[in-house]
Amino acid sequence: MTFLTFLISGISLGSIYAIIALGYTMVYGIAKMLNFAHGDVIMVGAYICFYATSRFNLPAVVGVLLAVVVCTILGIIIERLAYKPLRAAPLLAVLITAIGVSYFLQNAALLLWSSSPKVFPPVISNGNLSLFGGQLNIPYITLVTILACIVIMIVLVWFTSKTKMGKAMRACSEDKGAAQLMGINVNGTISLTFAIGSGLAAIAGVLLCSAYPTLVPTTGAMPGIKAFTAAVFGGIGSIPGAMIGGILLGIIEIFTKAYISTQLSDPIVFAVLILVLIVRPAGLLGKQIREKV
Amino acid sequence: MKKLLCLALAATMALGLCACGGDTPSSSGDSEGTKPQGAAFKLGGTGPLTGPAAIYGMAAKNGAQIAVDEINAKGGEVQFELRYEDDVHDAEKAVNAYNTLKDWGMQISLGSVTSKPAEATSAENNADRIFALTPSASSEATINGKDNVFQMCFMDPNQGSASAQYIAEKKLGTKIAVIWKNDDVYSKGVHETFLAKAKELNLEIVSDTTFADGNDTDFSVQLADAQSKGADLVFLPMYYQPAALILAQAKNINYAPKWFGVDGMDGILTMEGFDATLAEGVMLLTPFNADASDEKTQAFVKTYQEKFGEVPNQFAADAYDCVYAYHEALTNAKATPDMDAAALCDLMMKEFTSMTFSGLTGTDVTWDSTGAVSKGPKGMVIENGTYVGLD
Amino acid sequence: MKNRIRWNKTTRNNYITYAVVLLAFVVMQILSSGGILSSTLKGMLVPICAYVVMAISLNLTVGVLGELSLGHAGFMSVGAFTGVTAVIALRPYVSSAPVLLIVGMVVGAFFAAVIGFLIGIPVLRLKGDYLAIVTLAFGEIIKGIFNNLYVGLDKTGLHVSLLSDKTDLAEGGKLVISGPMGLGSIPKVATFPVGVLLVIVALIIIFHLVNSRSGRAIMAVRDNRIAAESIGVNVTKYKLMAFTVSAALAGAAGTLFATNYTTLVANKFDFNASILILVFVVLGGLGNMLGSILAATALTILPEALREFSDYRMLVYAIVLILVMLATNNDTFKSFLSRLKPGRKQKKKEVG
Repeated sequence: MTFLTFLISGISLGSIYAIIALGYTMVYGIAKMLNFAHGDVIMVGAYICFYATSRFNLPAVVGVLLAVVVCTILGIIIERLAYKPLRAAPLLAVLITAIGVSYFLQNAALLLWSSSPKVFPPVISNGNLSLFGGQLNIPYITLVTILACIVIMIVLVWFTSKTKMGKAMRACSEDKGAAQLMGINVNGTISLTFAIGSGLAAIAGVLLCSAYPTLVPTTGAMPGIKAFTAAVFGGIGSIPGAMIGGILLGIIEIFTKAYISTQLSDPIVFAVLILVLIVRPAGLLGKQIREKV
Repeated sequence: MKKLLCLALAATMALGLCACGGDTPSSSGDSEGTKPQGAAFKLGGTGPLTGPAAIYGMAAKNGAQIAVDEINAKGGEVQFELRYEDDVHDAEKAVNAYNTLKDWGMQISLGSVTSKPAEATSAENNADRIFALTPSASSEATINGKDNVFQMCFMDPNQGSASAQYIAEKKLGTKIAVIWKNDDVYSKGVHETFLAKAKELNLEIVSDTTFADGNDTDFSVQLADAQSKGADLVFLPMYYQPAALILAQAKNINYAPKWFGVDGMDGILTMEGFDATLAEGVMLLTPFNADASDEKTQAFVKTYQEKFGEVPNQFAADAYDCVYAYHEALTNAKATPDMDAAALCDLMMKEFTSMTFSGLTGTDVTWDSTGAVSKGPKGMVIENGTYVGLD
Repeated sequence: MKNRIRWNKTTRNNYITYAVVLLAFVVMQILSSGGILSSTLKGMLVPICAYVVMAISLNLTVGVLGELSLGHAGFMSVGAFTGVTAVIALRPYVSSAPVLLIVGMVVGAFFAAVIGFLIGIPVLRLKGDYLAIVTLAFGEIIKGIFNNLYVGLDKTGLHVSLLSDKTDLAEGGKLVISGPMGLGSIPKVATFPVGVLLVIVALIIIFHLVNSRSGRAIMAVRDNRIAAESIGVNVTKYKLMAFTVSAALAGAAGTLFATNYTTLVANKFDFNASILILVFVVLGGLGNMLGSILAATALTILPEALREFSDYRMLVYAIVLILVMLATNNDTFKSFLSRLKPGRKQKKKEVG
């Protein structure tokens, strides 16, 4: 029974990684850049929701919506100010700018909201689902997290494969020049991708802080890196890949802690990642691009 | 273009050199406090004012600032000018910050707030003969072998053995689980002496699990281990942020053992939005609690809340006490601000080993010549959302 | 003919780099002996040397070899921990501090090179961002291992254990590396002259490597791997060579850095440290060693110089970083700048 408990907490933790990883993967797919500030957008989302619900006593739903709106706008602003001027620049320059934005967000949060930790109010009621006569307890938040993850995944797959905007996104990630020739507004599409990614970050922030309710300005940093790992794990640029990568990473993390060592869990998680990448150099679901000679 | 960039870099460097080079007058740094009238002792300290550990550094800085403001407002012979520099909880940055303070003309020092940086700066303090009294750097290595570095807080090992002693004496638990932070000096120090003492007292440790930075959000595994092995008391030698998460997650899996913490747990009730019912029955050994009814504590808590909008934690109280201890020692020694750091260092070493001090974090506090403090820890239990003395 | 001119230009640039380092050394020594140098700056001289070596060694991987590494601090960590262990172990036998430090740096460099070689074998098979993430992963693994490593020293020699302290030291022995508490009571043997010496040695090694046959092979692999392979360049060998040399230099820098402080923890060399060094390299220009040196120096001093801003310090740092990247990489911004100062640019051409 403990196995099942660990599996469920693994899936729950993994679902959060997966939602964050989706943001990484979509932005990477289209802009070919690693948006290191993504983890900090999560933190901003969580703070917005925190202030909306606990300071202004707004209902949780309004708090979440507000967080999504603010993060979406923030994502677009960051893209316009910091990344758009560098569209033609070397990728490394964009990477460093992203790191600069990440520092900026963290330190701005430190000044605005101070360093003292905030306890995130539960978005849904605390408590748990008891199964098998109390042997298996699943917190409601875990169920909501997993459910949210599945819904987001289905919506995104539908969006990218069926809608016009989604198709434009895929076209841009394949070949920007050709997409432009076909009359696709490339800049607009990239902004849209950032907006969606940042909106998802807000949801991830709320879920992350509901499951693990302390909130500090560096809350997003480590989940950000883990999710980035998850995105690569699944094959960066692939939406189902990010999902599978995230969930697997969560499960591996919990299982190593449970059955091998709590001290060495991070090194083991990263070692598994390396093994996977050596066997499948483009991640689990990544496209193997053949080199043309 | 490359040349232009090189030029820009060189210019930044030159700028940096100028800023670092000149003896910057005291106008820099923090000038929000009241200015002392006439000559004052230059008191400097380093602590994490930014980054993940900023809460501790900011608390110490604010606590010290309140004490300095009070002392300066009262007037008198001994006046202070306080300057805190940011060390981001990092030994390298701490030495830089220490050197900045030295350039400013620091005469006596508040050391560093956190343990690892304090180890680095206290070596500098010792080499430069600048006396240091650290509010909260509790590791043994901070004072070990340094005759002019003193502590205001308990040393980590003492806390671990005191906790084990307390649990054994009061028969609080038969099967004990420990969850500790693997990459934290404080947590590790307490954990080790706790285990050693527990063995000595025949306490049964059934579960011993860890976590580390970056891995400090999900505790389901550690809690399941403790629960499945039937632990009826869980010892949490850690700061209150992870502890709050542990309490919340334990509730989610219907696990309700007794909880026992150390002084880092203080502050859990003041976290904004914390559900105090989660901490019901948590026991901890701490030298300070913000809900104490004595006049001194209440006045301090009130001023702190007015100025900084938060309830002070033990770091703030320790730093506040440090400044008052300095005030007392300097007054007794009839020291004057025109003395140099080395002369003050000798005086302070003599004063601190002979005086008895009473402050927020303890009464009849004394120091031995190693720099370790001796004061009684108070056992506290959280009942109905406030601390109640245990004994 | 054309070739000769380019060769000359490279040589001249290399000599300029050496000259800048030596000049900086002489100026600092004069200022220091004159007592004009502030304690802040004096305290930063050794770490600056260490960061400079880190930056130029990473530039070898990123700029010359063309592979993005996000785990360079891991090698620094290996060098720091092994080098300091050597320094502490040999201390009773070696009386001269500089000799002790140099021996420590050699040991640090050796272990870092071995680790670099071992990591390089699997890592260099990957490409682009996948390679980057695997170096990040190795950096985190190294950090995790050092956080759980216990090394003790007594009369019978070194004792190593993992996860918990099982070293069972004899009487008079002491722990050198104590897990998460890292290294304690490190002898402060690092000095500025030795630091500058390391910078010069690192520059000599890198310039010689880059200008040799191997160096040209490495750059050929960077520019077009397939073309290089087709003319018979052994890609794996040259990639590994550059990667190992880079790791070794980072290891030596790690020892230098560690011996400047009395204490050091493994968490110091985390992902953020690797990123910091990468920032030096990108800001200084890929493949441009002088740029890396200037960038590493400027960005190490900058946060200290910004102490004036107190609470806003790191915020200002972030803004400066973003603005510099925008200013140096945006075309409109570039042309705007060059139009702004046409006279200055010409003058610079005459001088240089």
